[in-house]
Amino acid sequence: MSRASYEGVVIAAPVTIPYVRYSTKDAHWFLGRVLAALMKSAGIKKSRLDGLCVSSFTLFPDTAVGLTQHFGLSPRWLDHIPMGGACGVVALRRAARAVQAGDAEIVACIAGDTNHVDSFRQNLANFSRFARDAVYPFGAGGPNASFALLTSYYMNQCGIEAADFGKLCVAQRDNALMFPHALFKKPLTLDDYLNARPIADPLKLFDCVMPCAGAEGFLVMTEAEARRLDLSFARILGAIERHNAFPDDPIQLRGGWTLDCDDLYAQAGVGAADMDFVQVYDDYPVIEVMQLEDLGFCPKSEGVDFVRRNTFTVGGTLPLNTSGGQLSVGQAGAAGGYLGLTEAVRQLTGHTLGAKVEKARRGLVSGFGMVNYDRGLCSGAAILGAP
Amino acid sequence: MTPALIKPKPRNPVSALRLPTLPPPARSRSALRLTAAAAEGRLELQHCADCGTVQYPSRSACVTCLSHRLEWRETNGAGELISGTVLHHSNELYYRERVPLRLGTVRLDAGPALLVHLQGDCAAAPSRVRVSAHLDKSGQAVLIALPAEDTANMADDPMLREMTSDPKFRKVLVTDGKPAVGQAVAMAMVEAGADIVWVGVAEPWKQAPGFDALTKLKQIEIVPLDVTDEKSVEELAGVIGGKVDILINTAEFHRTHTVVDRGTETARAEMEVNYLGLLRLAQAFGPAMRVRAAEGSAPATAWVNLLSIHALSALPSHGTFSATKAAAFALSQNLRAEMRHAGIRVVNVFPGPIDDEWNQLVPPPKLAPVALAEAIVAALRDGIEDVYPGDVAQDIVTRFRESAKVLERELWDQ
Ligand SMILES: [Zn+2]
Repeated sequence: MSRASYEGVVIAAPVTIPYVRYSTKDAHWFLGRVLAALMKSAGIKKSRLDGLCVSSFTLFPDTAVGLTQHFGLSPRWLDHIPMGGACGVVALRRAARAVQAGDAEIVACIAGDTNHVDSFRQNLANFSRFARDAVYPFGAGGPNASFALLTSYYMNQCGIEAADFGKLCVAQRDNALMFPHALFKKPLTLDDYLNARPIADPLKLFDCVMPCAGAEGFLVMTEAEARRLDLSFARILGAIERHNAFPDDPIQLRGGWTLDCDDLYAQAGVGAADMDFVQVYDDYPVIEVMQLEDLGFCPKSEGVDFVRRNTFTVGGTLPLNTSGGQLSVGQAGAAGGYLGLTEAVRQLTGHTLGAKVEKARRGLVSGFGMVNYDRGLCSGAAILGAP
Repeated sequence: MTPALIKPKPRNPVSALRLPTLPPPARSRSALRLTAAAAEGRLELQHCADCGTVQYPSRSACVTCLSHRLEWRETNGAGELISGTVLHHSNELYYRERVPLRLGTVRLDAGPALLVHLQGDCAAAPSRVRVSAHLDKSGQAVLIALPAEDTANMADDPMLREMTSDPKFRKVLVTDGKPAVGQAVAMAMVEAGADIVWVGVAEPWKQAPGFDALTKLKQIEIVPLDVTDEKSVEELAGVIGGKVDILINTAEFHRTHTVVDRGTETARAEMEVNYLGLLRLAQAFGPAMRVRAAEGSAPATAWVNLLSIHALSALPSHGTFSATKAAAFALSQNLRAEMRHAGIRVVNVFPGPIDDEWNQLVPPPKLAPVALAEAIVAALRDGIEDVYPGDVAQDIVTRFRESAKVLERELWDQ
């Protein structure tokens, strides 16, 4: 059975609460700021919201439920999506279906986290049962070791080299230099990349995102509602998600996109070649290459040629992570799963904060998250179109 | 190849002492079964009783068929290293002091993919390795891959040494060196490469066959130590307490005394040595060992208690003796809990009857003192926490686990 379309539902009012390396504020503060910014941006009172979707790693012991009382909301539709880097795409899918079905009219999707001086380490220690039992005791603080093993394996299998990964990082930094919220403000050269201090071989400093605090949000509503509120918006042409794909692969070389990308393009009625830009999840550059392969931009294992053939800069071929991505903007916890979506909506509505992709009509946003043990479990992607 | 360990230099007393830190100790209840097996030197993983799937990390249902009938079974650690990394950075204090550090992904021939420490001699991926489970400094199990074949100085690998207590270059105190067991343990420590072996002697005038030969070895230093005398224990701790890396408590008092035999003198004497002796040693030597648990390449590392298999289930014909060993076992479990904060391993040894004068009437098989000493060395080298040396101990611990009540009845007539 083919998937029903998302026709009639739009994504609007992308907002970003500027990122900071460390914050003494809590996650509730960042989520409160982003909710207020959404209301201001849409010109509505919070009483108009009847749907809320939340993602955050540092909200404990609260969930979306606690936030309704915290923020004085009475939504008739509520969701909490603990899917890290995939939370943005998944929130969009859930909210769009709720609006389509009439379960909610205006859904606020928000994601954000704080970053105290020691909170990153503490979050790692309690990330998942498998991580606590079988990763954290080995000194592998966070996903660095898992992605080092994956990157090393991928390099051996596919012949991609450090300079290829470096090219992606450098291109994103070029894009980031125009993006006001990027925490990295200085140009990055390939030499800087290659000579950075090692973190977990073969990963070096600029392969790894910098944890920070911040929040992102957007609204999902019908096109008619967006027009009534005089909001610019993007259409949802297609969206997929998949969890724990290929569990028998001894190490991750492919993600769930492989299983669903034909559906995605069929639903959207376009192909990878039709994308004017792509926002891939970039916790590590190897994952970007994996997504480009798995989402059909090039055949599997040919990511290396694809990287060498394209510039990935705004104004070049296949603009990628046009805000700079998490590698240059910073990783504000769950907000990292929203960064590509808010940027994509800005590109498609022409309200960019930084570098602008001229005449952007369609863009692909991809999410990836939750290294539960040895691999990222959640994958998702959405194709958005200009109105 | 792993470079051979160099004999550590004495610590500069002016320099700051490196304080012990621990790797993350938290585990789910289920994962503690990995620890339970590693404590005895085995790699056990979850096997599905319905479909045979071997899985890791531990789950509460079979990943293949969702069965809840999951059994922990000994598992062959052979597998292929499919990817490796060197970690240069960690968020944990313990690992910050130990980077760079090799980690890898191993696909076991039995099925699952494991994140493991890599012993330094493992060839780059892809290569064959064997995975074993060891207790780390926190006392919880971790996995480490060793090269498929033993290499020279393999045990000298820094990460492996974190998980073991090899006597090589260590300073060892054997608390009672005069009886055959004490002599054998002291000799085994010398042969295992210990730097100094202090041998405690409570009654210097007493003759013991073989003891004079032992005293002639250059590593052996005879020291006065009577574990029944608090002053004696404290005096010795004052002299060598800050240097002992491995303490092996061999002091034992054993008579064949049953519960209804008249008088409490024998029981008191046994308690003075077997229980209160251990308590005195723990109070005098424990704190100093804890402080030195992270010092240099051969820090304070282990505390070994000679218990008895009848600490688990009493032998009525040796009634009061069994009772003191049960008391010592309980004490030792508490000592382990307290030493854990420093990463000092407390090793409990549960032998069956030892071939000595107090077991003359016990029929064979009996454990030769030399075999007991070898088992202690092996436990230290392999990082084992609970040792059941010899056939009788193995037999009784197996029966104990099958049914403690059946064993209790069966021991009535032995
Ligand atoms: Zn099964």
